[in-house]
Formats: sequence, C-alpha cells, structure tokens
Amino acid sequence: MVDSLSYALGDTISAAAGAIQSHESLFVVLMKSFSNLAIPLLLFVVPLIGFVKKVKVYEVFIDGAKEGFNIAVRIIPYLVAILVAIGMFRASGAMDVFVRIFSPITRLIGMPAEVLPVAIMRPLSGSGSLGIITDLLKTHGPDSFIGRLASTMFGSTETTFYVLAVYFGSVGIKRTRHAVAAGLTGDLVGLLMAVLICRIVFG
Amino acid sequence: MLNYIWLFLMLVSILVGAVNGRLGEVTKAAVDSASTAVEISLGLIGIMALWLGIMKIAEKGGIIRVLARLIRPIGKFLFPRIPEDHPAIGLMLMNLVANWLGLGNAATPLGLKAMESLQSLNKKKDTATNAMVVFLALNTASICIIPMTIIAVRTELGSKNPFEIISTTFLASLCATIAAVTAAKLLQRLPSFKKTDPDLEEERKDEDGRQ
Repeated sequence: MVDSLSYALGDTISAAAGAIQSHESLFVVLMKSFSNLAIPLLLFVVPLIGFVKKVKVYEVFIDGAKEGFNIAVRIIPYLVAILVAIGMFRASGAMDVFVRIFSPITRLIGMPAEVLPVAIMRPLSGSGSLGIITDLLKTHGPDSFIGRLASTMFGSTETTFYVLAVYFGSVGIKRTRHAVAAGLTGDLVGLLMAVLICRIVFG
Repeated sequence: MLNYIWLFLMLVSILVGAVNGRLGEVTKAAVDSASTAVEISLGLIGIMALWLGIMKIAEKGGIIRVLARLIRPIGKFLFPRIPEDHPAIGLMLMNLVANWLGLGNAATPLGLKAMESLQSLNKKKDTATNAMVVFLALNTASICIIPMTIIAVRTELGSKNPFEIISTTFLASLCATIAAVTAAKLLQRLPSFKKTDPDLEEERKDEDGRQ
C-alpha cells in the first residue's frame, strides 16, 4: 500500500519533471528574457503611469529614495548579530561535529553523507553553502548524482537567517515569534524534498 | 527562538573552536563578519534608494492598489487581518514575483517596503504580526523558477546539461514554500504564540477596558 502510493507519487513527480524538462529550452529562454526585461519594464512603466495619474514623479521619487539610507542603517545591528554568530560557527569547525551527529539519520533517508554540510549550511549562509556546493561539483562532477542533488538543494530554499535579520531589522522587530520555526520547517522540507525528487528524477 | 539559536551558535562556536584549537580563527571570523555585516548594509543604500523611489511613484499612482486587488482572494486567505486592497498586499506580491524571477537586487527593497507597510498596521512595534511571519515564510523558502547562480557555476565547471536541475529545484522549492506557510499558519494557533500576537493583544486590552 505504502509502496504503491510512493510509486504513484514517484510517477507523478517524474511526469511533472519530464514535462518541464522536455520544454526546458523554450521555457528557459522565455524565463530568462522575462527576467532580463522585468526591471527595464518596471522602470519604464511605473514612472509613465505615475505621470499619467498626475503624480509629480521626480519629487515623489526623491521622497521615497530618502528612506533608503535609514533602512540600510537600521539593519546593521541585526545583521551584525546574525553574521557574527554564523561566521564564528563556520570558523570553529563545528560543522564536522554536526555532520557526525546527523549522518546516521540522513543515511536512513538515502541522503549521501557528502551533501549533509550543504543541508546544514543552507539556512545559515548563502555564500557559505554555495562554496560547499562548488567544492562538491568540482570533486564529484556537476553531472554526478551528488552534483545534481547539491545543485538542487541550493535553490530549494533561501538563507533563512539572513532574510529574517534583514526584513525584521528594517522595521525594528526584535520578537520574531514563530518566524524562525516556520522558516526552518520550509528549509527542512525543501532539503528533504530535494533528496526525494532527485532520487526519482536522476535515480 | 532566535534567542536560543543565537546563543547556541555563539557558545558552540567558542567551545568547539577551543577543542579544535581554532579559537584564533573564530575570533577573526567574529571581527570580519561584523565588518561584512556593515558593508552589506551600506551596500544596500543605493539600490534601496532607487527601488523605494520607484515604489513611491507606484504607490501614489495607484499601481500597488491595483495589484492588491488582482490577488484579493489569495491575499484574504494568506493575510486575513490585512484590510482588503491594502498597499501591503500589492508590495508583497511585487517582492515575491521579483524573488521568483531571481531578481534579488530588486526583491529585497520591495520586500522591505512591504515590511514597512505591514509594520504600519502593527500595534506592537517590536513584535512580529502573523501576517509578517507568513510573508517571511514565503520569502525564506522562496520558490525558485530559474536558479541562475547555480546554473552559472555548473556551466563553468563543464556540466553537459547545466539546466537539468531547474525542474527539480522548482518542485523542491515549491514544497518548501507550501511547508513554510503551512507551518506559519499552524504555529500561530499555538497558545504560546497566540499570547504574543499583537492583533489579539489589542483585542484583549479592548475587552479589559470595557469591563
């Protein structure tokens, strides 16, 4: 029962992935051109609509832009707190300890031990996890299973702690309530799904 | 929770660093990271000014409100306490779309503008509202349509098909986003988080006042 369910789930995911993959070149071209055009389009359309709606575009732009400095400065203490803690963690070699603790669990779900550091680093540091992944791609090759899995893991979630520090910092929120728990749940599910989906798609 | 995680990271780093004989590196990392944090923040000023300026025009021109109206049903479901067609909804939509397209530079200023708008509805300025937590859940587990950074690395390292991870990444990130939002929605019902909910706190005060 569970087996047939997981097969059915696997088939659905492979089919979905296959459908995306077969149109990939067209899809990629479309998305890329859309990404490249989005910003010039915004910079063209917004002031134009503003002008049509009788907004004093230049003055209003200056009014809005003034805030940029204040927000950037307001973020500083939040970012110092989180980046210092993460920087120290990376430098201390604590990662190896965590890999040793978690590797029996990750082996059970079919996650290769090599990608475990990616999973631990991903919510903490974008540049840190990208560094680990680049190393893995160099050692195992970008087209190996480990290479593909590590690549998928990078995009499967965002750098939770950085986002929390910047977003909450910008408005001065110190009591974050359940935001960390929700963010980490997303990280965990994204990383586990990366393993599952890569197992199904790349075998 | 950030209290515990922060404390944990600091203490573990020092302890493990001492055991590994890497205290020197740990100290250097602390000092360097503090400088990096300031550099990152100050580096945001220009791009923030640009997008906040453009967004002010979009706000005054009524564009943000139109966007909010476009996704009214989704907005209502995700952010039930945000008034209908409030600019915060439009700003959050712009931030999320920028994120999904991989426009990180534009996404952050838009997101911070959205946070400012959410904060204007917040009655307790140092505490996150449920809407903020849901919005951050959408951001911390952002859906990734084209992972440009990793595709660039794969291309550089000679991958035969650097794009083959697009579909797997998209599906995994979609699951992550659904999970994060679901977690945010479920956790806000727990008594300990209800107790700190700024919206409910105001209601409780109102009731007390009436009695």
